[in-house]
Amino acid sequence: MRCPLRPFAFFLLLLILTSNAAGAKETVKLAFIGPLSGGVAANGLGGRNSTDLAVRMRNADTKAKYTYELVVLDDECKPNIGVQVATKAGADRKIIAGVTHYCSAVAMGTVDVYHRFGLPVIVWGAVLPDVTYANDYKEVHRVNGTMINQNEVAARFMTGLNFKRWVVIHDTTDYGKGHNKYFSADIQKLGGTILGTFGVTADQQDFNAELTKLKELKPEVVYFGGLTPIGVRIRSQMDKLGIIAAFQGTSGIVSDAFIEGLGPLAEGTVAFREGAPLEKLPGGKVFLEQYQKQNYSESPEAYGAFAYAAANLIMDAIEKVGPDRHKVMTELNATRDHQSIVGTITFDDHRQNMVPLITKFVVQDGKWMVWEDSEYARGKRKLPGAH
Amino acid sequence: MDPGVAGQYILNGLMLGVIYAMVAVGFTLFFGVLDVIKFSHGDVVMVGAFVALAAIASLQASGVASPVILLLLAVAAAVIATAALGALIARSLILPLRKAPALNTLLLTLMLGLALREAVRLFYPNGSNPKPFPRLLPADSYAIGTFAVRLDSLLLLGTGLLAIFLVHFVINRTKLGLAIRAVAQDPETARVMGVNFERTVMITFAMGSALAALAGVTNGLYYNEVNFGMGLLLGVIGFSAAVVGGLGNIFGAILGGFLFAGLQTIGAVWFSVPAYKDVFAFGVVIMMMAWKPTGLLAEKSAERV
Repeated sequence: MRCPLRPFAFFLLLLILTSNAAGAKETVKLAFIGPLSGGVAANGLGGRNSTDLAVRMRNADTKAKYTYELVVLDDECKPNIGVQVATKAGADRKIIAGVTHYCSAVAMGTVDVYHRFGLPVIVWGAVLPDVTYANDYKEVHRVNGTMINQNEVAARFMTGLNFKRWVVIHDTTDYGKGHNKYFSADIQKLGGTILGTFGVTADQQDFNAELTKLKELKPEVVYFGGLTPIGVRIRSQMDKLGIIAAFQGTSGIVSDAFIEGLGPLAEGTVAFREGAPLEKLPGGKVFLEQYQKQNYSESPEAYGAFAYAAANLIMDAIEKVGPDRHKVMTELNATRDHQSIVGTITFDDHRQNMVPLITKFVVQDGKWMVWEDSEYARGKRKLPGAH
Repeated sequence: MDPGVAGQYILNGLMLGVIYAMVAVGFTLFFGVLDVIKFSHGDVVMVGAFVALAAIASLQASGVASPVILLLLAVAAAVIATAALGALIARSLILPLRKAPALNTLLLTLMLGLALREAVRLFYPNGSNPKPFPRLLPADSYAIGTFAVRLDSLLLLGTGLLAIFLVHFVINRTKLGLAIRAVAQDPETARVMGVNFERTVMITFAMGSALAALAGVTNGLYYNEVNFGMGLLLGVIGFSAAVVGGLGNIFGAILGGFLFAGLQTIGAVWFSVPAYKDVFAFGVVIMMMAWKPTGLLAEKSAERV
């Protein structure tokens, strides 16, 4: 006769095993997507480390309801790869939300993917306004500012220093084209002149043709809308051709990699970035201390703090409403006056954080310094081509 | 146009031309001796540049400070390493496949190029980031009106031309060169005449790759930067230059290299958007190949019918 107790025993065993598991915390997965290789890898790795730090600190917190696991994906700053990894993250149902993208061109390419999979994401580094403003996808949020404010402040600041003649060099991705569009419009409104505009490819090696033409135009400032790798090349080749002008960049060159690549040539480069340097942020000191304790081999770079804030925003939402993509998305959409290490986060109707603060930077003695703290502001040093 | 600016364009063009010519000579040597297109040549240029970079880094770490010594030792290291790499490729990949259709060898070397590129990207510390190349040449520049002539550009130009001239000298005036030309013309008869076929092929590949290393170091010194992808476009341009000039003919390769650089410079000046210079240059190259398919200075070969 079949033992009637056997199915019972099996069921009991199952109950015991699962009850043990229920005692442990449920694991929730988060995705981090950024450029971990290629020319802007330094920023991507800084973002990854910062997100990892946030996850570790949350896991060390005994009050947290869930254990978080970070899934790291490399978008190589290429839109086609970005779409691939975004699809991978979206298709994995265990990943509840994502901290995504430093490169604007990639962020633009992947918004449709996140919407299709219903995966809520928070952008931590891409500044192209269209990422949040050109669509109505409730899944896409952003904690850092956009290039609209950046360029407004930049134009006002530089015309305030009595510069009148610009030549614009920009890369031909959405990022560079966006910067060109907003900056040129702002400069012309303030009475400055754009003597010429050159579009270059994001991986171009040789700029002698463009720079020789630029030399003929005799600008006072060279405005560069693009990322660090070609920023380094352009500035270096400008020097080889003997072009003397101020070099003005955007958030794309505010990185340690820019100074490492140029050495003393970086001196006097001006750039603008939303937010403020870590030391001046409300939670900046604590973030830096914790970051150093983990012994990461890369620095958080300019946008690490934003990635950290984004990760915490997501984990707070998951703690509140549970690991459900739709619920987390709705919770994130309702973010108002959330306190984070980058200040107060409030999402507008396009899920864009309204960050009014733009910091002006200048390279002095091999470091990016806030303009107001530098010797340039006090008049002890002059920008090249200044008068 | 201001003569100073024109002079600047001409100097830019010459610099590019000498780099392209060095790469093109490699392609032409390989094709001439074995009728093989070695598509990994551009990436061998990149490997040469990285070997030089690594050599400089380790020499500086062990306390060598004089830029002249650093440069000479780095170039020596790069040349020896790439010559060895070239000989190894010849021995293990090209020679065994010489009876196979040429398309197979082309594909194989194309894949090899990719493998070299990815190997450097993955295994060199922080390989995927562009690396600044140390400024080892004197930075003096002489201003002639609006034209700034830099000493380092002149040095690089001179060294490049000298290297090409040396290769030409070896090919045409030495016994080794005679062996190479014999193998290029007719491998079987050359063997009958006592020329060691395998050894000659390996030496040719070593020579071409050594020239590639020089091109890589020149590129690194000129732009003060090396990155793992620099060989890709250089390889394509070098190959097109060699084809346009006439594959198998060294003068053709030199001509092709300078011609391509000249076309790029004309394109940069002519069009208000310098970005079209590559479109213009490649477009003209296509038309030239349609006009003269065997190249401008075609190899004179007699086929026994």
